[in-house]
Amino acid sequence: MDAIYLLFILMLSIFLGFEIISKVPATLHTPLMSGANAISGITLVGAVTSAGAELGGTATFLGALAVIFATVNVVGGYMVTDRMLGMFRKKPAGAAK
Amino acid sequence: MINVVYVIAAALFIFGLKMLGSPDSAKRGNLLSSVGMLIAVLATLFDQQILSYTWIVVCVIIGSGIGAYAARTVQMTGMPEMVALFNGSGGIASLLVGWAALYHADISAFVAFTVLLSIVIGGVTFTGSLIAWGKLSEKMPSKAIVFNSQRLVNGALIAAILILGIMFCNNPSVSSPVLILIILLSLAFGIMAVIPIGGADMPVVISLLNSYSGLAACAAGFAIDNNILIVAGALVGSAGIILTNIMCKAMNRSLGHVLFSGFSAVKQSTKVIEGEVKPISVDDAYLILEAAGNVMFVPGYGMAVAQAQHAVRELGELLEKNGCEVSYAIHPVAGRMPGHMNVLLAEANVSYDQLIEMDDANPRMDMVDVAIVIGANDVVNPAANEDDTSPIYGMPVIEVPRARTVFVLKRSMAAGFSGVDNPLFFGENTRMIFGDAKATITGLVAEFKG
Repeated sequence: MDAIYLLFILMLSIFLGFEIISKVPATLHTPLMSGANAISGITLVGAVTSAGAELGGTATFLGALAVIFATVNVVGGYMVTDRMLGMFRKKPAGAAK
Repeated sequence: MINVVYVIAAALFIFGLKMLGSPDSAKRGNLLSSVGMLIAVLATLFDQQILSYTWIVVCVIIGSGIGAYAARTVQMTGMPEMVALFNGSGGIASLLVGWAALYHADISAFVAFTVLLSIVIGGVTFTGSLIAWGKLSEKMPSKAIVFNSQRLVNGALIAAILILGIMFCNNPSVSSPVLILIILLSLAFGIMAVIPIGGADMPVVISLLNSYSGLAACAAGFAIDNNILIVAGALVGSAGIILTNIMCKAMNRSLGHVLFSGFSAVKQSTKVIEGEVKPISVDDAYLILEAAGNVMFVPGYGMAVAQAQHAVRELGELLEKNGCEVSYAIHPVAGRMPGHMNVLLAEANVSYDQLIEMDDANPRMDMVDVAIVIGANDVVNPAANEDDTSPIYGMPVIEVPRARTVFVLKRSMAAGFSGVDNPLFFGENTRMIFGDAKATITGLVAEFKG
């Protein structure tokens, strides 16, 4: 039963993803990709659970390692996307000079 | 309770992605999505399952430090490499989460299967991304690496992973040597899958790996029974698939062809190109540009290599001051990742409404006085339309030969990354300006100023 419920969520999310993302213009494909990439760092939530649940030495170690990689993904992904998007301007700022 | 927070986080991700659809709202969208991430993580931290925080805090600080440093210091031209590395770290994190999930008591066959998926997809994403990074940063040859029994080796790898996978699902255990073997084979398969893919096909690979990193998170979500991982992972997975599809269409190739074309020899065009190359000096190019009323820049990866984007923007502004209409036509696969050229030009302060897509550029081409091709080759190759023996025949291209004059800025007469000859260089209305693209553009800028 649980598996079926999770599969439902999966199916709906995939359809939703296709709907939203097929409307993004080509200009924004790089930020879209790095922004989506940052979201895939959501695995951090799983990593935190593994690292903190005291399942024994190895599991904690694996979880801790996963936390490092996932935060690199999350923090780096969001920051670099933000930096890129900050560059997209309508009126070139340099034109006034 | 925690699931309520996850629902909110999922909603924020969805809104965030939706807002990434327009340049005006994109920055807020990204912020929204990061807030979603923050509350999802915080909610998990305050969940009672967590017994020890020490490791988490230390690791979060280390990871944030690395991520923030990388994000702040990376050059815009190095963005494809950066995204490849971030993809890879997401992949390995999902692998580790799946692995650690095995330490929970009683593993059902379904959970074992999802753990297996997260390990295999995560592992392939990790090493595949590292190879992509190596190729993009020229740390290793960006050419396709092909050897004779490649197909056989890959087939054997897939078969081995499948068989071991079935064994593992029947008898899931952390201490099983089968598990270690599966991890190693997945890592090996990631390497094997990306080495036969050439530099020009990198936009497809990056998009695909992006999708995999999402799918890996999704599989990890099934493994640990966490729905936010499934939702977010599926969103990213479908984003990557859409981009992959767009890239493939823009090259008129199927995904299978991109992934496996390294295995078969590239067929060579039999047509002999007629005509002669007509070089032109910067001085003469200036005179033509000064009289032009409509100029279209067509940038390619060469502009990124020469770091010419700032000079290009300056030339564009001077042309506009001269009463000329300026636009930038960008082919979907120009550069090394989807939208690569757009980001470079945005960095150089080019207004985004001047950046036009191929489908808008081609109808306008007849009105263009001068089309300036900067470091692009295959995406403007007329052979794609005319020569049905050409390997790139059928690929949609920016039809620059229809402009009154075409300037091609090029270092030398070498062929593009696909190794295909370009009849454009021999065209009646084509003028070649040899030399470093940045030096040439800077020269033109100086002429306009002085």
